[in-house]
Amino acid sequence: MTADPRYHRGPMAQAQSPESSLIHARGLTKRFGDFTAVDAIDFDVAPGEAFGFLGPNGAGKTSTMRMIGCVSPKTEGTLTVLGMEPATYGPLIRARIGVVPQEDTLDQEMTVRDNLVIYGRYFNLPRAEARRRADQLLDFVQLTERAESSVEPLSGGMKRRLTIARSLINEPSLLLLDEPTTGLDPQARHLLWDRLYRLKQRGTTLVLTTHYMDEAEQLCDRLVVMDKARIVAGGSPRELIDQYSSREVLELRFASDIVESLDGQLEQLLDGRAERVERLPDRVLVYAADGEAAAVAVHAAGLRPESSLVRRSTLEDVFLRLTGRSLIE
Amino acid sequence: MTVLSRVSSPFAFGSGRARFLIERNVYVYRRTYMTLVSGFFEPLFYLLAMGFGLGVLVGQVPGPDGRDISYTVFIAPALLAASAMNGAIYDSTFNVFFKLNYEKVYNAVLATPLGVGDVALGEIIWALIRGQLYAIGFMGVVLLLGLMPSAWGLLAVPASVLLGFAAAGLGMAATSFMKTWQDLDLVQLVVLPVFLFSGTFYPLSVYPEPLRTIVQFSPLYRGTDLIRRLMTGALDPVMLLDLGYLALLGMVGLAIVSRRLDKLLLK
Amino acid sequence: MTAPAVHVFEHRLVSYRRTFRGSLFSSFLQPALFLTAMGVGLGALVNRPGNAALGGVSYLVFLAPGLLAGTAMQTAAFESTFPVMAAIRWVRSYVAMLATPIGVNDIVIGQLAWIAVRLTMVATIFVAIMTLFGATHSPAILLAIPVAVLTGMAFSAPIAAFSATQENAEGFNMLFRFVINPLFLFSGTFFPVGQLPALLQPIAYVTPLYHGVALARQLSLGTGTVSEAILHGGVLVAFVVVGVVACLITFRQRLVK
Repeated sequence: MTADPRYHRGPMAQAQSPESSLIHARGLTKRFGDFTAVDAIDFDVAPGEAFGFLGPNGAGKTSTMRMIGCVSPKTEGTLTVLGMEPATYGPLIRARIGVVPQEDTLDQEMTVRDNLVIYGRYFNLPRAEARRRADQLLDFVQLTERAESSVEPLSGGMKRRLTIARSLINEPSLLLLDEPTTGLDPQARHLLWDRLYRLKQRGTTLVLTTHYMDEAEQLCDRLVVMDKARIVAGGSPRELIDQYSSREVLELRFASDIVESLDGQLEQLLDGRAERVERLPDRVLVYAADGEAAAVAVHAAGLRPESSLVRRSTLEDVFLRLTGRSLIE
Repeated sequence: MTVLSRVSSPFAFGSGRARFLIERNVYVYRRTYMTLVSGFFEPLFYLLAMGFGLGVLVGQVPGPDGRDISYTVFIAPALLAASAMNGAIYDSTFNVFFKLNYEKVYNAVLATPLGVGDVALGEIIWALIRGQLYAIGFMGVVLLLGLMPSAWGLLAVPASVLLGFAAAGLGMAATSFMKTWQDLDLVQLVVLPVFLFSGTFYPLSVYPEPLRTIVQFSPLYRGTDLIRRLMTGALDPVMLLDLGYLALLGMVGLAIVSRRLDKLLLK
Repeated sequence: MTAPAVHVFEHRLVSYRRTFRGSLFSSFLQPALFLTAMGVGLGALVNRPGNAALGGVSYLVFLAPGLLAGTAMQTAAFESTFPVMAAIRWVRSYVAMLATPIGVNDIVIGQLAWIAVRLTMVATIFVAIMTLFGATHSPAILLAIPVAVLTGMAFSAPIAAFSATQENAEGFNMLFRFVINPLFLFSGTFFPVGQLPALLQPIAYVTPLYHGVALARQLSLGTGTVSEAILHGGVLVAFVVVGVVACLITFRQRLVK
């Protein structure tokens, strides 16, 4: 996968031609009055890949998605979707993409199946074809038994699955998912991830936003980290971790009265064994190639943390390094 | 004009897919058809109460051409006009407000090839189709009761649809400026006086002079005049003024809606 | 009222404060418009010499007390449908209340007490406007305020009980179309019930609005006998009592599972 040279240069350095990428953005900017929601971002999405925008709430992810979905005009910069300009070819672009918005916008006044059929009609599908696809998609998202139910009694996970089924009714080559699993329980999330993974295997290009690093790691071939309207880094999850974090992390928890007295002490003590030490309100993170060795050094120095844990670095650590903040606040 | 409506074209009437939004409403009403059917009874109850109950007290009144007609014949066209207006107003204000702000139906629709113009046009046409159904039903009752002296009266059905178009256009334009449910109180505040003072229950001659002129600007007055003249056979060139005025109001409403919806939905 | 019921009442009052400007405006405007358009305007056609059906009074004077009772019914019907559904289902404020020491009976009493206060406001404004229009012949009109409230409650209690059994607002549309609006038109509000076809007259006599209109008209015109008044009032009270009992049952069925 990483044989593709693009991954090594990072998204900002890419000089890809708009023709070969499904989405092409340069200096893309969105302002609401004085507020800049998206600030001159560059990215390209290649056919068949799963591309993610990772960042906290308010980073500009949804505004970016709405511009790609042709429901929000850009303020400045270049944007092409499927090789076309949204401002001119909005209806043509929308005909070929699928959109899963952050909030479910299911039609409360009709049944589960009718939601899919009428949505297919919006895409000018013949009625029989819309019905055939609706039944297929209900099966795909495991909602066949609820076909005649109204929308209201469905669980959050079911509504999400129905929204995804709806976004697939026009067999889109590009699927936009804005926070697809926010607010779902772990079981519902895994079921959704599984369905999205299958779509990807069938060759559908996925573009998603998330503030869950596990979701980004599970689903994305490549992602950009967004913070305060800008892209601050990009690459595959593995590359980002390699570039911006150590191999392992030692998580230490101390009794709260000890934490202040540790100032500077840990850095001294770990001299050479750790790349970096981060203090969070509830714990201390020691970034080290060898977490075990760092833990031994801490204990040898007579410090007694209430707990200590060695784990691999994640995108959460990358985000912390890049922005000095956690993803979920 | 190109088929591809631009995202923010100033007078976009969509990509010709408004019919799918109408189909959506048909899907919805397939399940709640009683609500649809019940709308037919509203003008009927009024006709029975006003025409037969009150009509005995009132007796004869002067028709549009000055000849005396029975109060029931006088009021039937006005009730047809009023119900066409009320139905269109309700659909284009309360219903649209709810869909716009709570159900987010349009947000989902706009993720598809349908544009803002399709949404506006689709909703207005749907309101007119409903209005047309009610008008036909009411016309049936009027014929059954022998309350229509002139065969020109059959044209009252399309005429009531034109009145509905004016009302729906203006109603939707007003709704696009409303932010809370309380703003919708304004609708009642406007509709009730229009309903009561548009020559619905008695001839214009009852009003004192300055009021008589103001009333003539009311869309419902123009619609009632048009429909009453058709149903009583009192044809007159002033009907052209009625027609033009209603068509103009509807177009103005539609133009405002198309602009405003862009602002509301495409941020 | 028990202390918890007072809290329920307060809750409704506080929510109302947000919407009250619009509703106060329409409380004034609606009666004024109706009295002008129907009473004065239509009256110009009705008030012919020898028109005996109205018992010798002008149409405005005949109509006003009928509209008072009819308006009380409409306000009561509205206040006992959508807000009740919202509190059960959409905003779920009843559900939130039940997590506190407030019980189902408190909710019923607090809610109905609030509607009674709303009706008092609407009726008082209406009577004031009637007086301004010179549409009343008797100082007994002040008693028409409690009569209008009683008429409203004779609808409010049973309708609130009905609302608690509903899953969505569809039933309300039917209620307004087929019960409230026809009653408004045919219960002696706009013309004497005696003008209805003989077959329909007995139906009018069993509806609360007929009795509310008749009693309000007695007080406004200063006519009628005490025994008639007691009969009309008795029917209204009976509707309230049955309605409150029904509320206590259906609210409990709906809210306590």
